[in-house]
Amino acid sequence: MGKLSVAPKSAYDARIADVLEPYMRRVEAMPPGTCPIAVQVNLLEAGGAQTCGKCVPCRDGIPQLAALMRRVLNCEADESVLEEISQLAALIRDTSDCAIGYEAGRLVCEGLKTFADEYESHVRAGACAEGVGQTVPCETMCPAHVNVPAYIALVQQGDCAGAIKMIRKDNPWPTACALICEHPCEKRCRRMLIDAPLNIRGVKKYAVDNVSADKVPVPPRMPDSGRKVAVIGGGPSGMTCAYFLSLMGHAVTVFEGRKKLGGMMRYGIPAYRFPRERIDEDIRAILSVGGIEVKYEHKVDTAEMKQIAEEYDAVYLAIGAQGGKSLKLDGADAEGVMSAVQLLGRIGDDDYPDFTGKKVIVIGGGNVAMDCARTSVRAGAAEVTVAYRRRIEDMTALHEEIEGAMAEGVEMMCLQAPVRIEKDEAGKVSGLVCQPQYISAVKRGRPAPAAANKPEIRLDADVILIAVGQDIESAPFEEYGMKAERTCFVADEYLQAEGFENIFVGGDCQTGPKSAIMAIGAGKVAARNIDEYLGFHHKLDPGIEAPEPRVNVREAFGRVNVGERPARERGKDFNHIELPISEEEIMQECGRCLRCDVYGCGALEGGRIQYV
Amino acid sequence: MSSERKLVTVTIDGVQVEVPESFTILAAARKAGVSIPTLCYLKDVSDIGSCRVCSVEVEGSDALLPACKTRVVDGMEVRTNTELVQSYRKLMLQLVLADHGLDSTNYCFSCAKNGSCELQSLCRELGVTESPFAPEKQTPRQAVLDANPFLAYDPNLCIRCQRCVGACNSRAHNHTLHTGKRGLRTSILAPFGPDWKATECESCGNCAAACPTGAITEKRRKAYRSWEVTRTRTTCPHCAVGCQLDLVVKDDRIVDVEPAPGPSNRGMLCVKGRSGSFDFVHSADRLTTPLVKNAETGEFEPATWDEALDLVVKRFTEIRDENGGDALAAFACSRSTNEDVYMLMKMARTVFKTNNVDNCARV
Ligand code: SF4
Ligand code: SF4
Ligand code: SF4
Ligand code: SF4
Repeated sequence: MGKLSVAPKSAYDARIADVLEPYMRRVEAMPPGTCPIAVQVNLLEAGGAQTCGKCVPCRDGIPQLAALMRRVLNCEADESVLEEISQLAALIRDTSDCAIGYEAGRLVCEGLKTFADEYESHVRAGACAEGVGQTVPCETMCPAHVNVPAYIALVQQGDCAGAIKMIRKDNPWPTACALICEHPCEKRCRRMLIDAPLNIRGVKKYAVDNVSADKVPVPPRMPDSGRKVAVIGGGPSGMTCAYFLSLMGHAVTVFEGRKKLGGMMRYGIPAYRFPRERIDEDIRAILSVGGIEVKYEHKVDTAEMKQIAEEYDAVYLAIGAQGGKSLKLDGADAEGVMSAVQLLGRIGDDDYPDFTGKKVIVIGGGNVAMDCARTSVRAGAAEVTVAYRRRIEDMTALHEEIEGAMAEGVEMMCLQAPVRIEKDEAGKVSGLVCQPQYISAVKRGRPAPAAANKPEIRLDADVILIAVGQDIESAPFEEYGMKAERTCFVADEYLQAEGFENIFVGGDCQTGPKSAIMAIGAGKVAARNIDEYLGFHHKLDPGIEAPEPRVNVREAFGRVNVGERPARERGKDFNHIELPISEEEIMQECGRCLRCDVYGCGALEGGRIQYV
Repeated sequence: MSSERKLVTVTIDGVQVEVPESFTILAAARKAGVSIPTLCYLKDVSDIGSCRVCSVEVEGSDALLPACKTRVVDGMEVRTNTELVQSYRKLMLQLVLADHGLDSTNYCFSCAKNGSCELQSLCRELGVTESPFAPEKQTPRQAVLDANPFLAYDPNLCIRCQRCVGACNSRAHNHTLHTGKRGLRTSILAPFGPDWKATECESCGNCAAACPTGAITEKRRKAYRSWEVTRTRTTCPHCAVGCQLDLVVKDDRIVDVEPAPGPSNRGMLCVKGRSGSFDFVHSADRLTTPLVKNAETGEFEPATWDEALDLVVKRFTEIRDENGGDALAAFACSRSTNEDVYMLMKMARTVFKTNNVDNCARV
């Protein structure tokens, strides 16, 4: 017997690990607009690099397949090559010994289907399909296409008011987005290639924390156009549309069903995440444009919709998704069972619940479930539990939200499917019975739960909050004649409602419940298209320009995060949980921005998504 | 103080200059008398910074910076001619040459731009005679787009500097010529294909004027070589804008027009100025001597200037004196200069005694 060594067989493995981390970041930072065939070839070649060199299909097949695919990528191949690719990929998938080979083949086979149109375009038209081509990552990923690099640079210059003006060019809710945006803009941030995505939301927060939005004057309203537009729903989408339309000189009337403006940002998002006085800053600024009349507590019914559509030159329907979805559970009618929408809606009108000493169970795993759980903690509950069918990692809530809730003492009971609600003789809720689950096969891209071979469990409960989704209250409008698919209004890509000339529709009521920023983006698009529909082409001057770029900082830094108040303390009140970011922190953060608007594809014609 | 006026001091290859803060390193270098080679950069047309040939060393920066789009800052120290800069420049050109697809000298010999190709002169200037990189060859070679009567695009010669894109979009504001994608490569979508009439292209040719290579050319460019011609500066004979242009002359014939940096056109021309302002000079139909109509035969017959002018003076005076000035009117040709048109107006009002004046320029 020879001697054994403790040294790894290949001295490189540890060092390769150092390369894998930037490799993964590079994959994550895939620039929006990249040709999907390029991504596929790249992925295949990564597979080729991993071959052990044993099997023919993997060892020889992958490089040959990659060569064929490169020809397609370069638009030098005809349809017969696609046929060869398809055969060879299937061979690799079906005959390789291990996953390195067969998964590589499978992904090509899938890609041929998923991106069939792009393959077609390469072999037929000799070019990528229209729309392929890189654009600035943050600006592209932001649904409102806010000029992110410009306002980061303005903050870096110390011009927070300028940053707010720049944000407003595309989004009149700078404070809302600073506090509660899900920041899809950070997803592909190019800075990831060096260290980590910019804290874009943090930069915006610094701006609005230092100069409140209502202290920064909005641009002057353009001369009266003589046209009247009705906006139904005063939430993020409706008010965005109202803001831009009014700036363009149209007279806007907003019909708001509730006591105050803000929609789900007020009636769905708790104050500890978005303090009421902060939402009012944005609303004051929007209304300061002038020319916007708001009718509060004014729900529009079928008859009135008809009247509005006739009376106004155009209508923007943005009623959101404000109904609470219910669960078909036995006992769901018990006293103490509430939908998330009911709870958070009442809080929106400053009617806070008192759960002192109570045991609260929240059903659901999304952001709204976390909002309910954390609200219950603040309402004095003795115990708060989240019951969820899948695992923590399957929750749709943002990671920070889950962590925040747990830090505040919320118990996550995962893999528990609610079966029935128990009530006492008085009809009051007393407990929740759940069937334990185990996580099983991936279905439609998500691991699905299956009933575990375990007995039911029972949890004590005084209050049960159901947070399993929201409904669109589409009935009166469907009755009026608007088309809806499963309550989502149908519109074309320009947000013109199907079957109507002068009615536009957008936000949650068109897409189903999504994020505030998506609704804001839709509001802006609707305003622009309504203006065009009315026969105008107004151009708005934001009154601010992007500063000259500085040279990129290539040194790697850590990402500055937004700090929070200690969980022990913040769980006791409804005050804002986030702490301010300091000047030195934000300067470092802004300094990391690579100014993709001037460096890289942003310098090119068509490399940006900007309307002004 | 506006950034235009705020001055900063920079040192370029040891030469200190004071320049406005808005200057690029390239502009500052020009002021310092230091030349930095450029390829994709074209002043006022395109500064996308794609070729990186103008990359220079800047004290304190790890990376080389493109001189064409990096703004100066106070105290900046720039080195434009170090060994590293020079070797990168060459290497960069070799990469461009490979992209240009030069796999045979045939291309240069038969290229319309031979002798006035910027890639060619830059390679010559920097001593780049060959490329170690395999030429980027498209198989099959891509089709040349030449259905437009004036312009042609040969994608095989394109180095994707995108100067044409800047010319059509930010300069001419015609927004017709765009880029597309062929996987990893950018392609130029020049509107000169079979459907050229359906595009918004005005055939103004500003793209061809911006193209450093023979990729986009005016078709007539084939008719002469750069060393065979002389140039004469003149004013465009069409509308009243007064664009400056150079007539390109070969063997006493005008063969082309090139825009000149005049105050009103700053290096641009419209389709009329560029393609409709010289061929009539050599037209066989052109009058080369005054003609007077023979009252008996009704035919025009050659006359001397004195005969013709005497006749005009006599008859115009008679008409004016018999019927008054309003019987006369003066129409100026839009191909006349502003000064000539002005003189005609003056003559109409003071000599003809009429206010009936007009000009056919309606641009
Ligand atoms: S580096 Fe800056 S400009 Fe580039 S994607 Fe990130 S935030 Fe946007
Ligand atoms: S700008 Fe230059 S470096 Fe950046 S992606 Fe484009 S080609 Fe590459
Ligand atoms: S000829 Fe003029 S309009 Fe046509 S593509 Fe060239 S620059 Fe654009
Ligand atoms: S056509 Fe000429 S100007 Fe346009 S990208 Fe190609 S080489 Fe550059």
